[in-house]
Amino acid sequence: MAVMAEPVVAPGRRSSLWSRAFESRHFLGAMFMVPAIAILILFLAYPLALGFWLGMTDTKIGGAGRFIGFQNFVSLSKDSVFWLSVFNTIFYTVAASAVKFAIGLYLALLLNERLPFKSMIRAIVLLPFVVPTVLSAIAFWWIYDSQFSIISWVLIKAGLITRYIDFLGDPWNARWSVVAANIWRGVPFVAITLLAGLQTISPSLYEAANLDGATNMQRFRHITLPMLSPIIAVVMTFSVLMTFTDFQLIYTITRGGPINSTHLMATLSFQRAITGGNLGEGAAISNAMIPFLVAAILLSFFGLQRSRWQQGGRD
Amino acid sequence: MSNFDRRSVLKAGLGGAALLAGPGIVPVRAAEWTNVPEANASIRVLRWKQFIQAEFDKFAEQTKKFSEKTGVKVKLEAESWEDIRPKAAVAANVGAGPDLIIGTLDDPHKFPEKLIDMTDVADYLGAKYGGWYPVAERYGKKGNSWIAIPQGATGGCLNYRISHVKAAGFDEFPKDTAGFLKLCQALKKNNTPAGFALGHATGDANGWCQWALWAFGGKVVNDKNEVVIDSPETIAALEYVKELYATFIPGVLSWNDSNNNKAYLNGELSLTLNGISIWTVGKNSTDPKQQEIAADTNHAPMPIGPVGVPTEQQNVLVAYGYKHSKYPKAVKEYIKFMWDKENYDAWEVSSNGYVSPPLPAYNDNPVWTSDPKITPFRDCLKRSRDNGFAGDLGYASAAVMGDFVVVDMFAEAASGSATPKQAAARAAERAKRYYQV
Repeated sequence: MAVMAEPVVAPGRRSSLWSRAFESRHFLGAMFMVPAIAILILFLAYPLALGFWLGMTDTKIGGAGRFIGFQNFVSLSKDSVFWLSVFNTIFYTVAASAVKFAIGLYLALLLNERLPFKSMIRAIVLLPFVVPTVLSAIAFWWIYDSQFSIISWVLIKAGLITRYIDFLGDPWNARWSVVAANIWRGVPFVAITLLAGLQTISPSLYEAANLDGATNMQRFRHITLPMLSPIIAVVMTFSVLMTFTDFQLIYTITRGGPINSTHLMATLSFQRAITGGNLGEGAAISNAMIPFLVAAILLSFFGLQRSRWQQGGRD
Repeated sequence: MSNFDRRSVLKAGLGGAALLAGPGIVPVRAAEWTNVPEANASIRVLRWKQFIQAEFDKFAEQTKKFSEKTGVKVKLEAESWEDIRPKAAVAANVGAGPDLIIGTLDDPHKFPEKLIDMTDVADYLGAKYGGWYPVAERYGKKGNSWIAIPQGATGGCLNYRISHVKAAGFDEFPKDTAGFLKLCQALKKNNTPAGFALGHATGDANGWCQWALWAFGGKVVNDKNEVVIDSPETIAALEYVKELYATFIPGVLSWNDSNNNKAYLNGELSLTLNGISIWTVGKNSTDPKQQEIAADTNHAPMPIGPVGVPTEQQNVLVAYGYKHSKYPKAVKEYIKFMWDKENYDAWEVSSNGYVSPPLPAYNDNPVWTSDPKITPFRDCLKRSRDNGFAGDLGYASAAVMGDFVVVDMFAEAASGSATPKQAAARAAERAKRYYQV
């Protein structure tokens, strides 16, 4: 145990309260935490609290607004466009996250094998993640263009279709189109993170399984998947959060159209708050996203707390 | 006596002077301008991003001249006009940002108390140049004060292929909605279709949808700001647009503001609503195909519907200064300089008539008659209504437009995802959420 030297006090002078406080380990520790706490309060807690507050007010752009309680939420509960955006957001998140997980896991398993040009392939897999979102959104906007779509052009040239596909002009086509764009963009994150997880699994487990005569599927089911569970939980939590709150892809490709069929809660919140000028309602829509996000985080959090699950067991 | 203030006395004086000046009894006094910019003033101006490079270059050149003349430093920035709205909103909310924004439509009516009173500039320009178009005044004024100075409108007219319209059996472009529908049907039959944006296209979709609604007597609100969009007139407009939509090129439900430009210049469209930019870009293009399309292009005002008067909705540009500016006098001086006829005219020539003027006195600019294809854009503000029609401009009118209530209504009815009656009822329900506040 470390022994602290007694402070030397100049003869004839008593140490001040301030300098004595700095001699306390507890006080010093607290002082070191102040910057971190200040950053958390300023950049995380305050905006969140302000968002909550705005959602409870009728604030318009440029105006102060007044407290109206849950009136924005009551009004939203009767708003068919809001409910459509809730449906769209859930559909977008579930469809995109499921496919991203499947493709990401497949790619991770593939990249974990001994492959020629493995480093180059890994770099290529990462490319969609490197491209700025808006640029990739513009690229998809062109790919889906009703008059200039490269997909339609190729299919017509191949004689497979006779007229251009209306990717973004039909509600369901548009929903699936933006889901596809999100998948393309999100797969690298899932793949690379799962690959990192795969590389932490001890090869001795697979060697033992081989000696026991386990098939590939058995090794995947009883070693890979359980050992990867914690990282899957983390990756998918992040993936779900990022997909649920997506804004740029939708705003660039469809602006929520056609007829609001691709409006997510985030894009509707922006439209109502900034374009429409109703900051209070826009904030309320953002706040309505929080329960979904918290549920996703809690699912992952409690899952990670379970030690048996972490070790690949079942509860 | 209590009703007498400086402005009413001035108005009465000007009115009397005008009466006397009419028969030549006294000479008309030139409007006076006594503003002096603050010493060492420096202002930041944010304006809409150019579609025509020469226009912006001239604007920047005039700005430089202004700085040389007055000593006021100006930092000029440009953003896509759709991106200006969020920036303007943030500037109003936080009390920081550009000193002057040249944005669109009723944005200044969302935060009028944050803006510099521009009444003196508006009165000066109005008096000097014979008055503003009524719609310009509607956009510029809140109550008795001017909160913004209209710069004009990125005029929207029908852009059409001369040869295709002729081939469809029309020697002259139809002037009414019935003839317009027949033209679109004939174009479709000839496989040279029309196409109008029905996606969330702020300029083009709102522009023609509002026109269609008003042409048949429909409106979102009446003059008491009561929502009246669920009406037989609206249903008639929806039925009409449904027939029109059947003649359009596929995909318009997904179109934003740039789709029609691309499709038109690629030869896939024969008729659309747009500014003068399609023709200008085509004319200046190095691509022979685009040059040929531009040569075969002409422009026309939107047809008149059963209401019997023009019912266009134009993308009106408005300049508004913020109270947070340290140099409000410099802001006003800048507007006065840039709007001065000599400077405005020179800029207009460079823009090739891209901006329809807000003051009828500016109509004598030779650019409007330099080519008959430009002339229809001259009178856009004369034919236009404000987007709050028939109610007030403000938060609710901006929100209804920003939330695409009218566009979605037409898209629902046209695409068959709702009947016209259902679409009108849903639009009314959505509009009421804004207007009941």
